[in-house]
Amino acid sequence: MKLHEYQSKRLFAAHGVPIPRGDVATTPAEARRIAQELGRPVVVKSQVLVGGRGKAGGIRLAQTPEQAEQVAGEILKLNVKGLPVRKVLVDEAADIRQEIYLGLVVDRAARRTVMMASSEGGVEIEEVARTNPGAIKKVPMDPFLGLRSYQTVSLAKGIGLAGEHFRAFDRIARGLYEAYLAGDASLAEINPLVVTAGGELLAVDGKMVLDDNGLFRHPELAQMRDVDEETPAERQAREAGLSYVQLDGQIGCMVNGAGLAMATMDIIKHFGGSPANFLDIGGGARAERVATALRLILADTNVKAVLFNIFGGITRCDEVAKGILVAFEEVQPAVPLVARLVGTNEAEGRAILEGSGYRLITATTLAEAAQKAVAAASGKLAA
Amino acid sequence: MAILVDKNTRLLVHGITGHEGEFHSQQMIEYGTQVVAGLTPGKGGQRACDGRVPVFDTAAEAVAATGANTSVVYVPARSAADAMLEAADAGISLIVCITEGIPTLDMIRVCAYLKQKGARLVGPNCPGLLSPGQAKVGIMPGHIAIPGPVGVVSRSGTLTYEVVYALTLRGIGQTTCIGIGGDPLIGTTFIDVLELYENDPLTEQVVLIGEIGGSDEERAARFIVERMTKPVTAFIAGRTAPPGKRMGHAGAIIEGGAGTAAEKIAAFEAAGVRVAEHPEQIPDLVAVLHPL
Repeated sequence: MKLHEYQSKRLFAAHGVPIPRGDVATTPAEARRIAQELGRPVVVKSQVLVGGRGKAGGIRLAQTPEQAEQVAGEILKLNVKGLPVRKVLVDEAADIRQEIYLGLVVDRAARRTVMMASSEGGVEIEEVARTNPGAIKKVPMDPFLGLRSYQTVSLAKGIGLAGEHFRAFDRIARGLYEAYLAGDASLAEINPLVVTAGGELLAVDGKMVLDDNGLFRHPELAQMRDVDEETPAERQAREAGLSYVQLDGQIGCMVNGAGLAMATMDIIKHFGGSPANFLDIGGGARAERVATALRLILADTNVKAVLFNIFGGITRCDEVAKGILVAFEEVQPAVPLVARLVGTNEAEGRAILEGSGYRLITATTLAEAAQKAVAAASGKLAA
Repeated sequence: MAILVDKNTRLLVHGITGHEGEFHSQQMIEYGTQVVAGLTPGKGGQRACDGRVPVFDTAAEAVAATGANTSVVYVPARSAADAMLEAADAGISLIVCITEGIPTLDMIRVCAYLKQKGARLVGPNCPGLLSPGQAKVGIMPGHIAIPGPVGVVSRSGTLTYEVVYALTLRGIGQTTCIGIGGDPLIGTTFIDVLELYENDPLTEQVVLIGEIGGSDEERAARFIVERMTKPVTAFIAGRTAPPGKRMGHAGAIIEGGAGTAAEKIAAFEAAGVRVAEHPEQIPDLVAVLHPL
């Protein structure tokens, strides 16, 4: 789950990381009031969950409260990469002398959290990794020892920070690590971390991604989820405990298992069709779950056909077939349906579907099922 | 022969009195696995699975009383880390974690601790292992596999079953089938399993099923070039997956432009690995090297 800049920075600040004074506004008038209270030039920053806000005109400087109001009004009308701007952060503008990067990520291969720093702040770290990898310094962290001061000194020195800033850098690095641990994050970064004209270090921008699997122990953070992070259908799916990702194709997919669901999308594409979604209904054959999933798929008006691809392992295909029929009672689909059941009791499962009176197209192999779904979606095949 | 689990496996089941734990314990016993002990704190002294398996309060007691050498974890995500640590502390050398949804930061600590203890972890968020005709540990359906010369390793569950079943229908059996798990942090990676198969005299070739996210497949490709003599056939799921979205598995996500199916396929092809266009091609590619 992604957090907004203002949410991330507030969490960092709660762990001792200095951030600019500022507040969030949802209207131009609020932005003006905040700028007035700050009494200094401000930066008005769109709060959307995508990168590239600056290039899209979503981050602008304002010298006066009147300007802040005007700029906020313009930014609040923007769409950044398809996401409408609903909030702006109005921060005191910093007098910047140097910009660096500081971040924490999970290194999957090393099975460690790694702290990274770069002398090139204000640029996406992936971009720096491509263009100037030598600018990035890393320290892996032992989970039992945590972050040690000698490590932060080596990072600070490695990126060319002046010795007078080592202490402040250490405090910020520790605060960031504490915030990361406290939130069960999978990413926490300050970009840029700036050195001001007054010689202070300040976290001007912040980003945090929380591990969805850790949210059960952080109900207060779970509430920060922004509705824009997912489509309404994805939200419903999450609340129903289904794994669903909406795509822009025409063939709805209902599959048990994540890997098989991806393989099903791929084979649809392989045979010239386009998948409308990723959907894993999980184990078991509960009709209620199948019905919820089917409703989600059919709510997408792009969907011209639905492909069921079920591997019966411990769960038997005849049980799954019965679940599908119960779901059909509840949600009467108007598009062609292609069903492929394979594995335990597949013949019994197919017989149940074929004898049900529902107009279903059945298939034995995955390739056959995909080809039939592609044909059905373009009106070339009916049950 | 098989790798990691076989007739000598003496299994301890964490959460044996829970719904999942008891159901799958029954299935494992029916398959012929030696399920020697169950673990549910507070229920020590009882018996599970129709009285066939003694239940203990702690892993240490279970190991002392039964000589368990392998454990499988079915407990909920919030207590799974504890179960794995306890198993390692009790001297279990192979721990298989089926549980899904364990926080990554918990897994960092668990992996580091298990390494110190010299215990191997398979998973989490995995279907476990199946050595056809010998033993199964986890949730794989036993009847889809038959003994034979192909080693199977995968990040997935049902996709693995699909491929194994397709091999079986073609009369091509397996030494062992291993699901290593769909999480970002897993105990046993492709490389670890490839090395085991390379050293297993009965495994003649390997089928590897990868997916988007991370770089485990790329490292596997390098390992294949440098260390493998046995042929490998691969399939990568997620060619059509959009960037930035988790595709069901917590680890299946294209981040910062990295971890795409295209990169993984290119890495395998460069390593001389035959990559199937779709899962049903795998038995064809395997059969070429395995004349019946």
